[in-house]
Amino acid sequence: MTYALAFENLTLGYGHHPAVHRLDGEVADGSLTAVVGPNGAGKSTLLKGVTGVLRPLAGQVRFGTCTRDNIAYLPQQSDIDRSFPISVCDLVAVGLWSEIGGFFGLRAAHHARVEEAISAVGLTGFESRPIGSLSGGQFQRALFARLLLQDAQLVLLDEPFTAIDPKTMVDLLGVVQRWHGEGRTVIAVLHDAGAVRAHFPETLMLARDLVAHGPTAKVLTAANQFRARQMCEACVGPPHDCGRPA
Amino acid sequence: MWELLFQPFAEFGFMRRALMGCIAISVGGTPVGVFLLLRRMSLAGDAMAHAILPGAAVGFLIAGFSLGAMTIGGLVAGMAVALLSGFVARVTALREDASLAAFYLISLAIGVLIVSTRGSNVDLMHVLFGTVLALDNAALILLCSIASITLIAVALIFRLLVLECADPQFLRAVSGLSAVTHFTFLALVVMNLVGGFHALGTLMAVGIMILPAAAARFWATSIGGLIVAAVIIAIASSVCGLLASYYFGLPSGPAVILVAGVVYGISLTVGPLGSLVASVVRHRINA
Repeated sequence: MTYALAFENLTLGYGHHPAVHRLDGEVADGSLTAVVGPNGAGKSTLLKGVTGVLRPLAGQVRFGTCTRDNIAYLPQQSDIDRSFPISVCDLVAVGLWSEIGGFFGLRAAHHARVEEAISAVGLTGFESRPIGSLSGGQFQRALFARLLLQDAQLVLLDEPFTAIDPKTMVDLLGVVQRWHGEGRTVIAVLHDAGAVRAHFPETLMLARDLVAHGPTAKVLTAANQFRARQMCEACVGPPHDCGRPA
Repeated sequence: MWELLFQPFAEFGFMRRALMGCIAISVGGTPVGVFLLLRRMSLAGDAMAHAILPGAAVGFLIAGFSLGAMTIGGLVAGMAVALLSGFVARVTALREDASLAAFYLISLAIGVLIVSTRGSNVDLMHVLFGTVLALDNAALILLCSIASITLIAVALIFRLLVLECADPQFLRAVSGLSAVTHFTFLALVVMNLVGGFHALGTLMAVGIMILPAAAARFWATSIGGLIVAAVIIAIASSVCGLLASYYFGLPSGPAVILVAGVVYGISLTVGPLGSLVASVVRHRINA
């Protein structure tokens, strides 16, 4: 099995506090994986480690079919200044960065692709609206349109459906399915177990340490969820308090 | 009426030079001011203006009232404070606003110390309030060069700058130019403040950058619209301010800034977008 990326004894954290501890495993090329776990389990930290924003304290992320500069990443809380006077069209168009960079103009073909991405997320008619006038769901749609244009082999989504209306969630899950159908590798941090069972074939359950990783039906069991909660509660203190080697 | 508007500029060379200098600062400084405003760095601009003082003072001590020495001194001091505070913010736990405040206060204290121990009060007044009515050719060329460089630089890094303001996380993810953009922008701020202080003084220079930008916020929504509106407001304020200073014998730098302040006040009250009147009208329509 070819892998998109592999975790090798990966330890990530802030200061000297590990948030992800000695993780091993492979994410298959073209797979659609949900990352689940209790609060503070290191799910977001894991994605930051993959993008390279966070350097590992130990171990490494090894890239197989993907490369680090070919990642489309949707952070949990974006730094985007929603009051900034920029239109939906302009926000989405920077998804073409790998082609237009900071200095080149958009050609007709680019404009057509921007239009296509905006219509794929159901925002046609909103192109010239300032981003400040969008609702939370509409704004998330715009960010998905930008991810579409980034045309990356690896898509990382950090809680993309939190505080989003059900209709938007269904539409955006459609976009995720489209990526999966195109053979891209998608890793999404999710809270909604129902959505994970319905749409994500693979699941990685995390509670600082790996709980389970594999087909969703085998991973997302009551026993595993209980164990994950226990592991997280035991690990509120420093690592040596929960009886494992630091 | 028209005579009142044009006669001072037609008759006196120093008024034409002053107008030329103010237009140059308006064209170069206000786009920078618009981005300062959009990045919520309006007060950082003020801090940078203070930071320039010791450099200009050292230049003055070494070479007297020399354009070159004071310009270079101001640029060096401004860039040093910008780079040091940026460096401290990236390497230590201190945030950029706090480290900038620390460095500019130190810099300002040094500046006041130098000027008050070695120069006379008249010199201090020159540095603080500028000499827009005594701009010579060299000073005008400097102001126009700074305006030209600023416009070219802003055009060149426009997309990077917009993204650095709107979504810095994304820019850092797709491009390594985030830090370059930030420091290029800071360099433009320092350059325009140094240019501005020759005409309007260190403390007033930041006024012509920020006030028109803040007023433009009530007239335009897009970035391009904001810049155009701000430049128009800045030029109009310059003309009116210079005329007011001519007819009423007022110091010209503060007069220009005060007119810009009046325009800001009017925009705040009756501007079409988000002003006091606009929100009352909308409230009435909705009610």
